[in-house]
Amino acid sequence: MTRLSLPIFEEVPEIGRAQPRRDATPKALGIEYFAGDAYPANLLWAGVRRAGVPHARLASIDTASALAIPGVVAVLTHADVKGSNRFGVVRRDQPVLVEAIVRHAGDPLALVLAETPEALRRGIALIEPVLEPLPGVFDAEDALAADAVLLYPDEGTNLLLDGEIVVGDAAGAFDACAAVVEACIETPWQDHAALETPVGVAVVEPDGRLVMTVSTQTPFRDRGEIAEALGLPEEGIRVIAPFLGGGFGGKDGITIQCLLGLAALHAAGRPVRMELSREESVSAGVKRHRTRLYYRLGAAADGALQALDARIYFDTGPYDHLGGAVMMLGLEHAGGPYRIPHVRLRAWSVRTNNPVAGAFRGFGVTQVTAAIEQMIDRLALALGKCPLEMRRHNAVRRGDRNAVGTTVLGPAGLVDCLDRLAAHPWWISRESWIAAAGLFKRRGIGIAALHHGTGYGPIIPDSAGAKIELTGGGRFRIYCGVADMGQGNSSTFLQIAGAILGQPMEAFDLLLPDTDRTLPSGSASASRTTSTFGIALTTAATVLRERLLCRAADAMMVPSADEFVLLPGSVRHLSSGRDFPLGVLAQRLPLDDRVAVAYHRMPGSRERPDAPPAMRLHGFPHRVFGYGAHLARVEVDELTGQVAVLDYLAVNESGAVLNPQLYEQQLQGAVAQGLGLAIWEDFKVERGLARTRDFDSYAIPTALDLPDLATQAISLYDENGPFGMKGVGEIAVNGPAVANAVAVAIKRRIDRFPLTPERVLAALDRPSEMP
Amino acid sequence: MSSLSFTLNGKPVSVDVADDRRLIDLLRQDLGLIGSKEGCGIGNCGACTVLVDGAPRAACLTLAAQIAGRHVVTIEGAATSPLLRLLTESFATHGAVQCGYCTPGMIMAAAALLVRTPSPSRHEIRDGMSGNLCRCTGYHRIVDAIEAAAGRLFAETAK
Repeated sequence: MTRLSLPIFEEVPEIGRAQPRRDATPKALGIEYFAGDAYPANLLWAGVRRAGVPHARLASIDTASALAIPGVVAVLTHADVKGSNRFGVVRRDQPVLVEAIVRHAGDPLALVLAETPEALRRGIALIEPVLEPLPGVFDAEDALAADAVLLYPDEGTNLLLDGEIVVGDAAGAFDACAAVVEACIETPWQDHAALETPVGVAVVEPDGRLVMTVSTQTPFRDRGEIAEALGLPEEGIRVIAPFLGGGFGGKDGITIQCLLGLAALHAAGRPVRMELSREESVSAGVKRHRTRLYYRLGAAADGALQALDARIYFDTGPYDHLGGAVMMLGLEHAGGPYRIPHVRLRAWSVRTNNPVAGAFRGFGVTQVTAAIEQMIDRLALALGKCPLEMRRHNAVRRGDRNAVGTTVLGPAGLVDCLDRLAAHPWWISRESWIAAAGLFKRRGIGIAALHHGTGYGPIIPDSAGAKIELTGGGRFRIYCGVADMGQGNSSTFLQIAGAILGQPMEAFDLLLPDTDRTLPSGSASASRTTSTFGIALTTAATVLRERLLCRAADAMMVPSADEFVLLPGSVRHLSSGRDFPLGVLAQRLPLDDRVAVAYHRMPGSRERPDAPPAMRLHGFPHRVFGYGAHLARVEVDELTGQVAVLDYLAVNESGAVLNPQLYEQQLQGAVAQGLGLAIWEDFKVERGLARTRDFDSYAIPTALDLPDLATQAISLYDENGPFGMKGVGEIAVNGPAVANAVAVAIKRRIDRFPLTPERVLAALDRPSEMP
Repeated sequence: MSSLSFTLNGKPVSVDVADDRRLIDLLRQDLGLIGSKEGCGIGNCGACTVLVDGAPRAACLTLAAQIAGRHVVTIEGAATSPLLRLLTESFATHGAVQCGYCTPGMIMAAAALLVRTPSPSRHEIRDGMSGNLCRCTGYHRIVDAIEAAAGRLFAETAK
């Protein structure tokens, strides 16, 4: 058997070719350094004491016993924080360390620094806070009641943000509908469960600067928040973001950064490590929003959707995080990828004493898709229509207005996706397949249509800065300003630059985000990571290519650069066949001439300028959308109530496909998380306390739970993204295809995720709801 | 502190460790072998899987003292183990690696599986890997990678 060192990526990485990621082998070999893989000498360990109660007044906190533990170096409280002691993506409303009021059980009260993890553990346990309990509010609708307990009495309301979208006259249009269906659907909290918990190492260097290597999706935004919270100048902070061990939105925003920075400021120049345990991450970390969705949907006899009324409540926990933005994206997508002439959509993001909810892959769209797609199936049943034909009949195409009244501008491949499903053997053979269920088994097939907007929306600049350099040694270096949380965008950047410059991936050094060395490029989020930085990089690489060809022409005293091309390691003069090695060319050029920089800001939607400013600020409306149609084949065990997903097919149109292997990775991973949400992941919170504690009590899917996940791409060119791509990171997280399949199997609807055996058995006790 | 001797990736090692030191901490912090990751600390996720006398073990649940005199193989053993090398190549080429945090543990579990069951079915692979969690991939490509590695092993054995 051959023994190799790292694989050599010696072919030019063409756009559109399926190819392995360059980061795959170093990660597989365990030689890639994640944020938690450094244990510098003289290390201190930091951790926090959390409140453990959902709402309380912090009367006092006694740190003397903790300080008396040998090895405990310092115990810090809010009084030790020199800045605002507040962080938050949109509003700065979350305390680094609680001053007076605890608003959820995960709120940190005191930060401990210790010589060893053991001393840290003992120190944290001996912090003695005096907490005077306050009544709490644990349901979004309850929290809007006139007599509700207020989390912020000064504000007079628990409402964080609401939004309303009205098109036509929904109330009037229902009367003319041939069928109207109505339901209340609930989706639970979901834990990101990235295998790497939030972790980082920080040190105050001799020059006084705070340098932090941390697992984050947002290094540049973090720097600003840390500065404000801790009272440091922004230029006094350097944030370095290596590859993340998973993010999915759970590291979009501050996790440990402010606490870690505060610890480093009190460590007398020693490096400090902070790492959340799994239990801490599960019980105190950000979650996908729990939602309650009241839907009423009506159609004409021919299946044409006529009217939709939706009221959607997002339980966002006590702090904004991205709770307003999540709600707004959900609101924008609440009508599904359909033409509906009359809609009234309302949504509320409401503060409670439950866990903080925020960004999670899908970002509000996952929840509303669960609702609208189950409503479409209900309506199809009421009208006696085929659910696939019903969706096809109403699907948006280019030039249509979507359900919230914005024009579909680019390619809209939803009909293409539905046609692929319609032609697939699993769909064609559905009746015989269902009929072939074995003893005590029931089978069902369900589908769902999907859409997901790309980017931040019209107001927040969706921008990135790319820098590329021909090094003095004749290699290329990409300065990547946007994090790679595992989705492989950085390898796609190598592919893009490699294709433009005609170089193999091997010829590139990749510098991952570092606020000192790379350019601000926004967050790794919003299905925008590869698109926005990718365009900036495309421009920078093209500028550098043209310049290098010119310099080669100058060096060879040829009048026109048109006679030159870049080849691996060299520039070739086509007329003479002579090659000019890049290493030699690089030696002749000053640094400034070997560097190209480009910025790109994604164009936003020009529509709906009349929408309320808060709605536009929080992202409404979007310009670019991806589409999809998914199919699930399930088998339900009548005796145990267990749902088994036997087959899954995801067909997606997210613009052109740059690397089919990475595109498939995004679809499969998102589908797995959606199935987890729909079937297994039962995140339990009782009166503000997470009863779900770890991977024992929180069942994310294992290899045995999931089937093979078939994927297909509809590749259409969209002019907004690099090489025609749109962004496929989030759209495939959804559960309604499987929910619709289960409904077909058991002839009853279950309106709450997850579809646990208990809920399935309870449903089977009810009379059948379907023929 | 006690002195501890064992074989690590084929080489003898002697270290002084505290009696309550976990194997994962010995490997990562004391010996600098950061390939084994910690994802849960209670043996649920499999990210810290190593081989102890050929059997997969959660290094977070194993005390360093328990490996005295034993043969421990970690992902760093890929430098000398053709099987681990084959698996890492197969994971990379089949798109089985995304964030990569679970991957070293997956590969150790896969190695144990292939030693136990040289030509596993896809179901046997899923069953054998069910103690290792991955949040990124949905497992499809991980199963592909292990299946392909088993196929190559079989072909080379047959030669």
